[in-house]
Amino acid sequence: MSRIMGLTGDGAVAYAVKQCKVDVVAAYPITPQTLIVEEFSEYVHNGEVHTEFICVESEHSAMSACVGASLTGARVFTATASQGLALMHEILYIASSLRCPIVMGVVNRTLSAPINIHCDHSDMMGSRDCGWIQVFVENAQEAYDWVIQAFRIAEDPDVLLPVAVNLDAFILSHSLEGVEVLDDADVERFVSTRKPVFTIDPDKPITVGPICFTDYFFETKRQHVEAMNNSPKTISKVNDEFAELTGRRYGFIDTYEMDDAEAAIICLGSTAGTAMAVAKKLRDQGKRVGVIKPWVYRPFPAEQIIDACKGLKALAVLDRACSIGAPYGPLCNDVTAALYKENVRLNVFNVIYGLGGRDITPFDIEAIFNETLEVAKTGMIREPIKFVGVRE
Amino acid sequence: MVRLRDLPAEELFTSGHRLCAGCGAGIIARMTMKALRGPTVVVNATGCLEVASTIYPYTAWKVSWVHVAFENAAAVASGIEAAYKALMRRNAWGKKVDIIAFAGDGGTFDIGIQALSGALERGHDFLYICYDNEAYMNTGIQRSGATPHGAATTTSPAGTKIPGKPEFKKDLIGICAAHGIEYAATASPAYWNDYITKVRKALEVDGPAVIHVFSPCPVGMRFDSSKSIEVARLAVQTRYWPVYEVENGRYKLNIKVPKPKPVSEFLKVQGRFRHLFQPKFEHVIDEIQRHVDENWERITKLCGEA
Amino acid sequence: MSEESKPGWRSIPIAGILLEPGSAMKYKTGDWRAFRPVIDEEKCTYCLLCWIYCPDGAIIREEKTVRVNYDYCKGCGICANECPVKAITMVEEKK
Repeated sequence: MSRIMGLTGDGAVAYAVKQCKVDVVAAYPITPQTLIVEEFSEYVHNGEVHTEFICVESEHSAMSACVGASLTGARVFTATASQGLALMHEILYIASSLRCPIVMGVVNRTLSAPINIHCDHSDMMGSRDCGWIQVFVENAQEAYDWVIQAFRIAEDPDVLLPVAVNLDAFILSHSLEGVEVLDDADVERFVSTRKPVFTIDPDKPITVGPICFTDYFFETKRQHVEAMNNSPKTISKVNDEFAELTGRRYGFIDTYEMDDAEAAIICLGSTAGTAMAVAKKLRDQGKRVGVIKPWVYRPFPAEQIIDACKGLKALAVLDRACSIGAPYGPLCNDVTAALYKENVRLNVFNVIYGLGGRDITPFDIEAIFNETLEVAKTGMIREPIKFVGVRE
Repeated sequence: MVRLRDLPAEELFTSGHRLCAGCGAGIIARMTMKALRGPTVVVNATGCLEVASTIYPYTAWKVSWVHVAFENAAAVASGIEAAYKALMRRNAWGKKVDIIAFAGDGGTFDIGIQALSGALERGHDFLYICYDNEAYMNTGIQRSGATPHGAATTTSPAGTKIPGKPEFKKDLIGICAAHGIEYAATASPAYWNDYITKVRKALEVDGPAVIHVFSPCPVGMRFDSSKSIEVARLAVQTRYWPVYEVENGRYKLNIKVPKPKPVSEFLKVQGRFRHLFQPKFEHVIDEIQRHVDENWERITKLCGEA
Repeated sequence: MSEESKPGWRSIPIAGILLEPGSAMKYKTGDWRAFRPVIDEEKCTYCLLCWIYCPDGAIIREEKTVRVNYDYCKGCGICANECPVKAITMVEEKK
């Protein structure tokens, strides 16, 4: 039996971690992830969980301790944001290369400088090549749901890759929403206990993390790529089972009114919610607009996005991060590459928005939709990259 | 106190590793593996020992062993320790596992000091062994916070203006003891009995323990490979490397050196100090001697021996 | 092993882990040395100092004797230098 709880995005993550019977949490506080570790600490100190909570002295040590714990066979979680994610960057690659099924909540906050505690996606985008599975959520419900699914995906012997669940700083992390939470028993049954494929068992000695020279390194990376490429099967399977349990169906992307859309916006995170609300209003006016919201960012859901774009005449890719010096922002680079790979010709333009927590309003989104409709009509892109919300 | 013939014959750190001939780290690793008391997991920071002992697809370790990165041996060990606690609590694991973290002076004094400090403060049950060859030897003999005053390294070379490293060595055991841990000690592989006894004692501590052991390096310290143990002995006999332990804040001198050799005896067998033996820089030897004397005075006073 | 005969990515264990403890024993470092230690069994008192000080575990400890494992001995000379009764001499390896 499920019930509705008032939870912030951070609170929803902490609650999911509590229910997933995590063995070890090693984390370091950073705004706005702090509510996750604070609420979890309450669970620990009140004996509501039996988790070993290591209050490490930095994020780098957080991920390091997580790797150690994961290799020992424990179920492991951590959370961070912004500078903290950047600080653990080298260990992110190691965690995924050593196939540690760690689940991490990333509360997307911008990278300095200047220092800024608000939302954009530059933190996860700065580490997007680290070989982790990466998911972005639109609201606290999705944060709760995806953390639970993440443990199943990560620990699946066919995957064995760590999973990052991204939620927007403050917009989601600190906003209270009604979240439908499952019974403890249901979650426990869904995630079950971790059955590690290999561990640093003192009785069955193995060596983990040797030096690998030019004659073997490439092969291990090829295996890593294969694991990521194989993960969609498991992600779908877990989504299916979760749908059966909760009635909430997840997948690689969420779409809104894409069936007959001629102009659409694609974006990650909470902005997609705003976009869908605006799309509804424009639909009522007879405009054929739609929204694509990727849940899974890595592995990149090229197939699903291209499928959703059938019949589309123009697409605005909204990036809440820059990829300075690159042809487009990170999401747009991925989208255009995916389209190119499949020989799909579609008019795409990039909108960089919301950096450092600059608000994006329904008015902004409506203007973007109108621009997209214009591109759909004329077949001409006026501005390949627009910066929306910045003062000139 | 142990007898050599009572130590296990089995080599849990096998032959076939690629450490240099005469490497102190190899001696220390072998000796450590002789002192184990039960199931053990080894965490190794990046460095000579890690690189030379696990060149894919070969591993010289017959215990479970993990290497993650350079600066985080203590953090990884913390995670392993917590995991075993958690697994034990839910009955997924049944027995005590000793965790030994090996790191060089590089991975301890400098880049690794944060992780070590954090792990000591949190009180994880593990043994941290710093094998100190007094420079970043694996990457080509660059200076570290453990390089002694006057030593030539590739980033503190014996130049015409500056003769080796200007700075002095950090007091690692002082730093560790300041965390209030139950056991911290120095050691030298030349005194195998003292070292092996300390490893066993440290493993038996319920909480963090640190051993700081001098690791002679023929290539980086520049002496003939046959002299490694000799140099490790001279380090102690010149009072350059006091051998003591700190148990719950109480200092105890383990190896008394009533008639010390002058530190120049230690310096002159190593090429990394050769430049000091010219009139222009002889004063540096005096500085080193003075520093050795002051340090000995300080340690022995703490040990109640002064 | 030649490049072609090394295993491909489909057959090696994941994550670069090594499943065979002590596989370094397959790598014989004995060809590193320029000098080899020779133990005079008459002089040897079985003090075992050479055994404990060998960085490579190349001194094999038997019931009442020690002998050098020339498959791995790198010829560092520590054993000869430390032997209290000078029972070990370093002899040049002939090509």
